[in-house]
Amino acid sequence: MIELHALRYRWPGAAHDCLAIDALRVDAGRTLFLHGPSGGGKSTLLGLLAGVLLPREGKVSLLGTPWASLSGARRDAFRADHVGYIFQQFNLLPYLSVLDNVLLPCRFSRLRRQRAMAAAGSPLAAAAALLQRVGLNQGLWARAASQLSVGQQQRVAAARALIGQPELVIADEPTSALDSALRDSFMALLLQQCRDAGSTLVFVSHDERLAELFDCSVSLPQINQAAQEATA
Amino acid sequence: MRAILAIAWRSAWNRRGTLALVGLSVALSTFLLLGVERLRSDVRENFSQSVSGTDLIVGARTGPMQLLLYAVFRVGGATNNVRIDSLEAIAKHRAVAWMVPLSLGDSHRGFPVLATTPAYFERFRYGDRQPLALAQGRPFSGDLAGVYEAVLGAEVADRLRYRLGDQLTLSHGGGGMPGADHADKPFRVVGILQRTGTPVDRTLHISLQAMEAIHLDWVAGVPLPGKKISADEALQADLKPRQVTAALVGLKNRAAVFAVQRAVADFEGEPLMAVLPGVALDELWDVVGTGERALLAMSAMVAVVSLAGLIAVVLAGLNERRRELAVLRAVGAAPRHVLFMLAAEGAMVTLLGVALGVAAVAAAVVALAPWLQSSYGVTLTLSAPSPAQWGLLAAVLAAGFVASLVPGWRAYRLSLADGLSPRS
Repeated sequence: MIELHALRYRWPGAAHDCLAIDALRVDAGRTLFLHGPSGGGKSTLLGLLAGVLLPREGKVSLLGTPWASLSGARRDAFRADHVGYIFQQFNLLPYLSVLDNVLLPCRFSRLRRQRAMAAAGSPLAAAAALLQRVGLNQGLWARAASQLSVGQQQRVAAARALIGQPELVIADEPTSALDSALRDSFMALLLQQCRDAGSTLVFVSHDERLAELFDCSVSLPQINQAAQEATA
Repeated sequence: MRAILAIAWRSAWNRRGTLALVGLSVALSTFLLLGVERLRSDVRENFSQSVSGTDLIVGARTGPMQLLLYAVFRVGGATNNVRIDSLEAIAKHRAVAWMVPLSLGDSHRGFPVLATTPAYFERFRYGDRQPLALAQGRPFSGDLAGVYEAVLGAEVADRLRYRLGDQLTLSHGGGGMPGADHADKPFRVVGILQRTGTPVDRTLHISLQAMEAIHLDWVAGVPLPGKKISADEALQADLKPRQVTAALVGLKNRAAVFAVQRAVADFEGEPLMAVLPGVALDELWDVVGTGERALLAMSAMVAVVSLAGLIAVVLAGLNERRRELAVLRAVGAAPRHVLFMLAAEGAMVTLLGVALGVAAVAAAVVALAPWLQSSYGVTLTLSAPSPAQWGLLAAVLAAGFVASLVPGWRAYRLSLADGLSPRS
């Protein structure tokens, strides 16, 4: 599913690599918990996994396709087809309705639109089903996304990441803005939905207590040799 | 792309306050640019139509523009007069259909006085060969009964609030000289012309005999000392003019215009010249048109400034939109989609601004045309944009679109560099 080999990455203009990972592998359908301190390169790693950034050296592959083998436009299309992404917060376009936000991936990816239609008959029905499953009642669907609470917004973001069953769902500290009760229910919901959809989940957080919920857990500072060199 | 357009529209609507201001500034510059161009072309139109239907203007030999300036625009003065018998000789040329002598020099409270024959009111044409029409009254009569009768141009009547039957006295020359009035021979207003938007509006018309009558007791620009001829006594005198300032000439056949022009130039009795009014008007416009071109250049600069404002506003808003761009990237939008979205937004704002500007010009033309007509004699007409104006509109649109590519390009770079995690 995800294969990462001899990866080296540094930000443009930086003198040192910020990521140096020899190998990382996530099999299809697994859930991976990635933890590490803030500023440890977690978001950078996610950018590499999603093919938004390309490694300086080494190889990052998704579904057996190395990101670097694709042109820029093909990478964008490939990501739209196969990756759902959840941010820490501000996931939604405030000027679109809840339903339109969930439908966004179907507008950019034909594959996910087709899968949504196969699953529920139409993208709209798929979005409605997902919103129902993440616990947003119908009264909220037509509202502007900006009118929802933070917890509700994160649920909409989860529904959006999952529509059209992408093979990979990436979540970048999606619970950090939630209080503990909301966090627990969100985690349960996200994991359940990913399992139901058969999607691989890569979940990043600095909150190690969440690790037990996942199939496997990786500490970024431990696998990142760049960080070890820096502290040594 | 349709999906992106829909999103671009919703996004723009969400920021409609700011964008409306930008659109308004585009509208304002369109308004200026188009308004100035419209005014320019209509003024030019008015200008070039201040005389029509006259094939030649004949006067003493001088510059063609000078002849045009005093014969048509009543500006400046003639250096020499033309003898009436010279004109009569020219009128006998077989190509000449009619001739209307003009005699200038006096004024009334700043407005020029034109002495001519009653034929002037039939022969003179302006605009699209429109004849002069009387709003009230009648022309002065050509005989002795009409000597102290005056016909006023529309503006003269308006400004000085004259009505039919009012009395007025003329001043010698440009006026302002004490004692240089023809106060002893008052004129009566018998006719007021309709507005033409030409120098006719600013002119008082009297007969050639009247011109003679008021100057009977004058020599070389000053009243003869000790000699007073009353208005009634003057009517007894020989009032046939001996010389005039210029003459309008109409031909039977326009093709003969150069032949007649040459005949006038070769006239042996005295040095004369004849100018084609259209040609001289064009030459004159080349001189006075410079100011208008400067005005147009100025409004072009205003347009550039407002488009710079468009770039600035959209660029400034871009930092706050980095999150939005990252979300779009995360759901599958490519950087080129982002570029397209920003460019579409700019094009949309420019298009709306230009449309608003065009509408504003139309509204202004409707609202201001009567005032411009009465205050400046400029006739504005509400009509579809001319090719030149379409060109201007297209230029503003194109410039607006190109300008919106600047923030679009910046957004493209940002979304490439930021990826999914905006750093600000």
